[in-house]
Amino acid sequence: MHFATLASQLFIGLSRGMIFFIVSAGLTLIFGVLRITNFAHGVLYMLGAFIAFSISTLFGQGPYGFWLALLVAPIAVMLISLVIERGLLRFIYNRDHLLQMLLTYSLVLIAGDLVKIIWGTEFKSMDIPGVLRGSFDLWGASLPLYNVFLLIVGPVVALGLWLFLSKTHLGKICRATATDREMVDILGINSTRVFAMVFALGGWLAGLGGALIAPTTTISMGMDANIIIYAFLIVVIGGLGNVWGALISSIIMGIGEAFGILFIPGIAIIIPYIIAGVLLIVKPSGLLKSAW
Amino acid sequence: MSTNNLKSMGLAVVGTLILLMIPSILTQYYVYLLATIFTTALLATSLNLVLGYGGLLHLHHGVFFGVGAYTVAIVMTKTTWPFAVAVLLAPLVAALIAFVIGWFCVRLRGLYFGMLTLALGQLVWAIVYRWNALTDGDNGIHAVPVPEFLTSVNSVYYTTLMVLIVSLVILYLITKSPFGLTLLATRDNPVRSESVGINVKRHRLTAFVIAGFFAGIAGVLFVLVERSVAPSLLFWNKSAEILIMCLMGGLTAFMGPALGAAILVFLSMIVGLYTEYWLLVLGLLLLILVLFLPQGILGYLMDNFRKNRSMRGEN
Repeated sequence: MHFATLASQLFIGLSRGMIFFIVSAGLTLIFGVLRITNFAHGVLYMLGAFIAFSISTLFGQGPYGFWLALLVAPIAVMLISLVIERGLLRFIYNRDHLLQMLLTYSLVLIAGDLVKIIWGTEFKSMDIPGVLRGSFDLWGASLPLYNVFLLIVGPVVALGLWLFLSKTHLGKICRATATDREMVDILGINSTRVFAMVFALGGWLAGLGGALIAPTTTISMGMDANIIIYAFLIVVIGGLGNVWGALISSIIMGIGEAFGILFIPGIAIIIPYIIAGVLLIVKPSGLLKSAW
Repeated sequence: MSTNNLKSMGLAVVGTLILLMIPSILTQYYVYLLATIFTTALLATSLNLVLGYGGLLHLHHGVFFGVGAYTVAIVMTKTTWPFAVAVLLAPLVAALIAFVIGWFCVRLRGLYFGMLTLALGQLVWAIVYRWNALTDGDNGIHAVPVPEFLTSVNSVYYTTLMVLIVSLVILYLITKSPFGLTLLATRDNPVRSESVGINVKRHRLTAFVIAGFFAGIAGVLFVLVERSVAPSLLFWNKSAEILIMCLMGGLTAFMGPALGAAILVFLSMIVGLYTEYWLLVLGLLLLILVLFLPQGILGYLMDNFRKNRSMRGEN
């Protein structure tokens, strides 16, 4: 095994981990603040990809289409999330886990068929813009430029979330709500508005993840079913509600998956579940402190 | 009290008689549909032992169903062992897998428990999906041979009906046994149960294994009805469907999940006749259920019944 192969696989795994992080950061925020198990998060990711595809197609798959899609698709998904939160979720905040879970699962079923009705069932693909096409060499390893792009976007999102959560007033309220909701209520803060905002932010992140993955994969129905399980596992391994835990476990999952494909291609599909299983057994409460 | 018992006994006898006569009344298609309903009803009821009675967020029960079905299919196609061995082995293998998964899961609580069932269940799915030599991978195993006397739709119907009734009686007795009552106590107040000397984890694990065992039996029935297995049986959205059945019928009523299973299987057939968007309909149905009837159909009826009775002062 050449060093170059290992390095490039590590690199691919890291950039895959960035997508995992962007999606699961939204999920873990929703977990932490709203205390809701959001099965619909995968759907939001899928919608991000489909909307990005439509926007890009509208502009003839050109470079402008890509950048516009990257900007607009997450915002569109954010608005959809806002409608979901105000229209449905706010009625079930005090119910038990199973009911909340099944409510969000009903959205998975509904959205799946709606996507089929709106976009049809044929596979779709989206072009990578010229600037991000091709690859460059690093110590003999060939690294696709688009993955480099993902490796830049991931940390930028992480930094943005960190600034938001630790430096802004709103972010501090979010963290406070995650730690002790009753206290926040007692202090007279309108937690309803915080809930709506966090869910919208989570939706924006899911949409961004979908828009980012769109040019690298076939955009198809069912792309939500795989990512949601990964995202759940990542969130639980990282510690429910802990964004940094999600970052660490995303990277572990991404790299684990990439090396699985390299060393044991036939059964690489089981690697994430093994990682998740082992980590949950060894450290059931998550890698980092849970917000709960 | 005794008249009530007599009444419900009479009801059960009449119901059983009707069910026995069905193959001579309805067309083969409906007989097949009912056999599917019996299979699914057993699966949903077995889940409820953990979900409703144990209060555990078991998110991936379909795995044990799939393992049971695959055990039969593999024994019948890859070995020369007789059918009886396949049938006996299936629930045992399912129970064994349930023991292994449950052993890890019962150490966790709430959502973490649920997530670990999901992770380990998906692990089993991935293994089945990839182990080509044993499971034929994503093709699944088709045309599973079964003994001559189980080839007609009617005989499959009577077999599934009989197995369902016997299994439901056993499961019912389990819920009413000291073990079942203790399980309820661990659901309602785990801390207190622990402090009065109940081994909460062991009770939960036992419930998990029993549920896995009966899901394995349901898996056997599935092979009898369908004669084929596919890895999608073990994928997580299949398990979500079982959860919906339990919720629809009601977690608090013993027969709730079976009722939910019957309704969902029947509905999916009816809706399937008119549109390909069954999942959309199911989603809307689930949405209405969660928002307006969270206690399920039987749960709702039982609540009303109790209310009426206490209003009439017959307590």
